[in-house]
Amino acid sequence: MTTETVLSGAAGGLESALPTTLFRFATAGSVDDGKSTLVGRLLHDSKAILADTLDAVARTSADRGFGGEKGGIDLALLTDGLRAEREQGITIDVAYRYFATDRRSFILADCPGHVQYTKNTVTGASTADAVVVLIDARKGVLEQTRRHLSVLQLLRVAHVIVAVNKIDLVDFSESVFRDIEADVQQVGRELGLGSDGISDLLVIPVSALDGDNVVERSERTPWYTGPALLEVLETLPAADELESHLESFRFPVQLVVRPQGALAPDAVAAGLDVEAYRDYRAYAGQITEGSVKVGDQVSVLTPGQAPRTTTVVGIDFAGKSLEEAAAPQSVAVRLADEFDVARGDTIAAAGTVREATADLYAALCWLSPKPLREGQKVLVKHGTRTVQALVRSVSGKLDLASFKLEGASSLELNDIGHAQLRLAAPLPLENYLHHRRTGAFLVIDPLDGNTLAAGLVKDHPGDHEDERYSI
Amino acid sequence: MSTSLTEETTQVTDSAVSTRLSSLDTLESEAIHIIREVVAEFEKPALLFSGGKDSVVMLHLATKAFWPGKVPFPVLHVDTGHNFPEVIDFRDRTVERLGLKLVVGSVQEFIDRGELAERADGTRNPLQTVPLLDAIQQNKFDAVFGGGRRDEDKARAKERILSLRDEFGQWDPRNQRPELWNLYNGRHTVGQHVRAFPISNWTELDIWRYIERENIELPGLYYAHEREVFARDGMWRAVGEVSQPREGEDVITKTVRYRTVGDMSCTGAVESNAFTVADVVVEVAASTLTERGATRADDRISEAAMEDRKKDGYF
Repeated sequence: MTTETVLSGAAGGLESALPTTLFRFATAGSVDDGKSTLVGRLLHDSKAILADTLDAVARTSADRGFGGEKGGIDLALLTDGLRAEREQGITIDVAYRYFATDRRSFILADCPGHVQYTKNTVTGASTADAVVVLIDARKGVLEQTRRHLSVLQLLRVAHVIVAVNKIDLVDFSESVFRDIEADVQQVGRELGLGSDGISDLLVIPVSALDGDNVVERSERTPWYTGPALLEVLETLPAADELESHLESFRFPVQLVVRPQGALAPDAVAAGLDVEAYRDYRAYAGQITEGSVKVGDQVSVLTPGQAPRTTTVVGIDFAGKSLEEAAAPQSVAVRLADEFDVARGDTIAAAGTVREATADLYAALCWLSPKPLREGQKVLVKHGTRTVQALVRSVSGKLDLASFKLEGASSLELNDIGHAQLRLAAPLPLENYLHHRRTGAFLVIDPLDGNTLAAGLVKDHPGDHEDERYSI
Repeated sequence: MSTSLTEETTQVTDSAVSTRLSSLDTLESEAIHIIREVVAEFEKPALLFSGGKDSVVMLHLATKAFWPGKVPFPVLHVDTGHNFPEVIDFRDRTVERLGLKLVVGSVQEFIDRGELAERADGTRNPLQTVPLLDAIQQNKFDAVFGGGRRDEDKARAKERILSLRDEFGQWDPRNQRPELWNLYNGRHTVGQHVRAFPISNWTELDIWRYIERENIELPGLYYAHEREVFARDGMWRAVGEVSQPREGEDVITKTVRYRTVGDMSCTGAVESNAFTVADVVVEVAASTLTERGATRADDRISEAAMEDRKKDGYF
């Protein structure tokens, strides 16, 4: 008994001493759903708001006559943005916010709902481990909810959490919550969310205004036995944990580190062996997927050439030699053979990548006011390579409410559609369904350089087409 | 060659695969990826270096990104002429240690030539924009690394990691490119340039924990020391050539440190007994005030002070 107590005490102490890990999440929903209040509540209750900010918000709350029976501050003001936004009463853009608990540091991409919701949701979700979608308990699942969920499914976000907000305004009614929960799960099933163990769907009743089930579990929802929102965010596995079982090492080469005698003076002063590093040559990049060990066989993929196989002889990071490294580490890799490897090439686990192709089939999330038309010339940025491309055809546009593909020959702002592009040079494209990094690309306007679309690589028609891609 | 490198191994990590990276390692990895992308995709980058902690951390990350090679770009400092002398000294020693080229844009020279006017309140921080844009143009820098962090200010919270600036150096918050996955779009036309913020996602506490972990040297005024100060606008101001007490402002000696380092004329010190980096980490973790709110007169000018300066091309 005594021993157990001591042990668990020691384990608890060790756990809190462990370095925190990073967790990225996004919020999707409109002002009316109480999203700003929820974000404010999370920041406030996790003590991320410092006294001077809180004072300023309290003054503004009082000036604007906020308070009423709560007599408190308007938490939504904590996420108040730019003057241009306050003047127009809208939220222009994704805002990034930071808070931490003992377990994790959080990066929150706070995505506005009303204007350009697809653009913002796609942007926030592209880097998120989880997305919190808000629903007003009085309104239930709306078309916008369906749209958000289908975008998240398309982007393969690992965890989707639906916060049924304003549960206080329906008198903490279990039946209201259960009906909404059933509707959400129904939409999830239609989309295939949670069907393959990658994306999961959680529904939580909350009151952002009063804090129920946001940071602490609420006594006012005794029928809900699940965790509070923050507990969920603290314990969900991050995307890189979920993907760590993948053995498909992928490493797009950013640049070649080859000092040729121009060694860093501080490293030399610290005792770097100048002779040993005279012919140093390594390939710098960030591992996008999987892991690599010294001695591993790898393929170097240079578009337009057959893959070349060699062995990893070193993994360096700023003076340290590593035995192995994993996504998302930035390292420099040394290879046994003196290949001509350059930026734009990819180093991958040997034999796991198919040949580069110039035919690109993709789902495109169109993010620009300039529409996409067949025959248009664009740039495609994939990994560390940018190539010219011709839009050969647009094969349909997704109706986000019904999840059906409709006929279309162009795509406009906030549309999601399917298109076929012909690339000026082949790229090592992979299906986004299985490779969130090497299956993603940008479509760029060659005239002004602006980003036109987020692209998700699909399998070629004729290959096995995954059903989930036809949404 | 590989044999000699293995012998030099200083540290081997055992299980990089089985455990997740710590948040600091993840942030470091992200920053290095960004720095390498910019160097690969731009003709002539430069790194804004003031000797302040954020720029020191950014430069440290750059040395790690290109090891064992030199940092392949110059550093740029906009010198207001009101800098703390020990910070200028630190700047020069750092540049020398890393073998870098230093480009200085001088606010004083612009004032001397009559191209900038001294402000009534005496602060020169907002005057840095013109010399900054001039230095960018003169040197044809097409990408400029900045140490801005999104947790500093609500305008910065909406800043992209790669942020396009027009021919006038202006930031247009309503017309920003969506930033997707880790694919950074830095395409720009002649005359435009890009600001790159590799430590966008770091908080003040992350910065200090990293300084502690990596044993990074900082100017001494970040740590508690005795200094002659006087009270103004609710802050402790250092006594110096450009920072003199007015009538009724009594000079006293206090144990203080700086949380941010800008001009002597607008940066306040905080009372502190944090003499070491470990002390500072504890102090920052327990702080109840934001760093800019506590120490920067320039950000108290109005609610949207940073937003206005950024639109005009400020850091």
